[in-house]
Amino acid sequence: MPLKLLCSIAMFVLASTAGSARSLSGAGASFPAPAYAKWAEAYRAATGVKINYQAIGSGGGIKQVTAGTVTFGASDKPLKPQDLAAAGLYQFPTLIGGVAPIVNLPGAANGQVRLSGDILANIYLGRIRRWNAPEIAAINPRLKLPNLPITVVHRSDGSGTTFLFTTYLSRSSGDWQRQVGASDAVAWPIGLGGKGNDGVSAFVRQTKGAIGYIEYSYAKQNGATTLSLRNRSGRFTVPGMQSFAAAAASADWLHSPGNYMMLVDEPAAGAWPIVGATFILVPRRPNHPAEVRDALRFFAWGFRHGDTIVAALNFVPVPAPIEELLVRQWSRLIIADGKPVYSRW
Amino acid sequence: MAEASASSAIERRGPGEALFRFACAGAATLLMTALAGVVVSLAIGGWPAFRAFGPAFLYTATWNPVTDVYGAAGPIVGTLLTATIALSFALPLALGVAVFLVEFCPARLATPIGIAIELLAGIPSIVYGMWGLFVLAPWFAAYIQMPIALSAEAGSWADTVFSGTPNGANIFTAALVLAVMILPYMAAVFRELFLTIPPHVREAAYGLGCTSLEVVHSITIPSVRRSIVGVVMLGLGRALGETMAVTFIIGNSHSLPRSLFDGGATIASTIANEFTEATGALHEASLVALGLILFLITFGVLAIARALLRSTDL
Repeated sequence: MPLKLLCSIAMFVLASTAGSARSLSGAGASFPAPAYAKWAEAYRAATGVKINYQAIGSGGGIKQVTAGTVTFGASDKPLKPQDLAAAGLYQFPTLIGGVAPIVNLPGAANGQVRLSGDILANIYLGRIRRWNAPEIAAINPRLKLPNLPITVVHRSDGSGTTFLFTTYLSRSSGDWQRQVGASDAVAWPIGLGGKGNDGVSAFVRQTKGAIGYIEYSYAKQNGATTLSLRNRSGRFTVPGMQSFAAAAASADWLHSPGNYMMLVDEPAAGAWPIVGATFILVPRRPNHPAEVRDALRFFAWGFRHGDTIVAALNFVPVPAPIEELLVRQWSRLIIADGKPVYSRW
Repeated sequence: MAEASASSAIERRGPGEALFRFACAGAATLLMTALAGVVVSLAIGGWPAFRAFGPAFLYTATWNPVTDVYGAAGPIVGTLLTATIALSFALPLALGVAVFLVEFCPARLATPIGIAIELLAGIPSIVYGMWGLFVLAPWFAAYIQMPIALSAEAGSWADTVFSGTPNGANIFTAALVLAVMILPYMAAVFRELFLTIPPHVREAAYGLGCTSLEVVHSITIPSVRRSIVGVVMLGLGRALGETMAVTFIIGNSHSLPRSLFDGGATIASTIANEFTEATGALHEASLVALGLILFLITFGVLAIARALLRSTDL
């Protein structure tokens, strides 16, 4: 009797694995990983297709999709059109998120302390060293800022968060651009490095007068004190879904060769200045077209049905008309054996 | 002469013995091949960095992924400094713990304490890292670093040695965490070593009127001197290569540390921090080159230990 039962279970398991559709694998950025995991869960329930996503970091994702060991790669930093061409890849944005500077100032509430990109750059360059410096006091006339030394905290590991933050500092300050520049990891002039969002927020929490920067979703979950930043239109904005969406809406999506989309320092009145999209990479001439088609179908499904999941995780979806545009691009640009790889199912 | 007779004995015993010998030789060869393979692949992977920067890679402290200029001096100094400080704390403590357990501790307590030490040695390094970040660093900043910084006169030697961001993430606290990590391991092995000394030797010394200090100093430690050097080197090896715990707490700054309480980086922490997101070819090669340097440092430590052992003529 137990043997019989075991056999029938085995048969059932075999039948179900053979019957259910394929499973796909992708690898890359850790920033959008929670959203992709939730999408994959819902997508599996809806279609039976299993998506494995491994958050190994953007660099690893680019390497693996170039080598063809995964169906799709993911990167927090868009590849330049010439790099895409060299690797034979196509990229498209999937989600939008923001980076928030955080502080540890006794008595300060969320968004109460105001800074500008130029001041932030000078703090990270080590030129403004105290909270009661005249530059900071000038744009915070109502606050009584303490005479505390500013402890600068940054990410120690290479990350898309650092890329967005340093891109913003480079746009705001010529000195930053010349002396440091923008990348996943830079040669920080001063400060302490914390590993990951949790490392940075731990150092900031433990040090009075510290300033750091982390992903907005992480700041919100952990109740870190965020700042107001002056955006390009001259207004002070606070980080949040609204100000991220304002930045996304203001971006020029239609005229970005290779979908090289940067959303930093957008000119819209309500835009948060440190916003970025995260990207998916697939080969333009895939060796396994069926797998790439299934991956694209997954992201098309995510565009159509995944917005509530995205919002719950404090990300902003790509604007709907742009999603439509991207889906049309797939049929045009991703070709195998002379035929478009993507088709609606 | 003796060897010849041994090999003829093996031949007499037939194919089973030859097979056994072959299998053992095979295992040793496999290990050596794997080791050589690691060195060769590290050398090949790191070659672009050595070619681009030459010997300056070893003694310059610039680490700039934006301009693609790399120098390993910061991480090399950080690695040697943290491991040395950690060892200087851990060695006397580990010896003290082991001597206490063997010489003074009541037998009923010695066993549970010994087991506890072995359990400590088995705690994963990430746990030590989180303890360092959330418990040790804030405590150290509030009760040690701040008082020292406030009492040091500006410009004095103490100001130079102990300056740094007052939040406890620095070379010194990283070394403290490392010391805590290697201490139980070293204490456990020392205890085992001391227990191998025949009891009648020590009893004879006591019989001659030696005090406890004299027995430890003239009998216990000298009789396991050779092994002690070995244990120290293994502890040093672990401290040199420890990654996660150090990454959490060392402050991760690539420049040369300016003081004991300044942030720094070790070779292992730099690789752990940057390898996943290293997209530039030269960046990746520099990280692999760092790996090779760490390998060579560890190898050098072991070689020096061997040389010391030979010269002391035990």
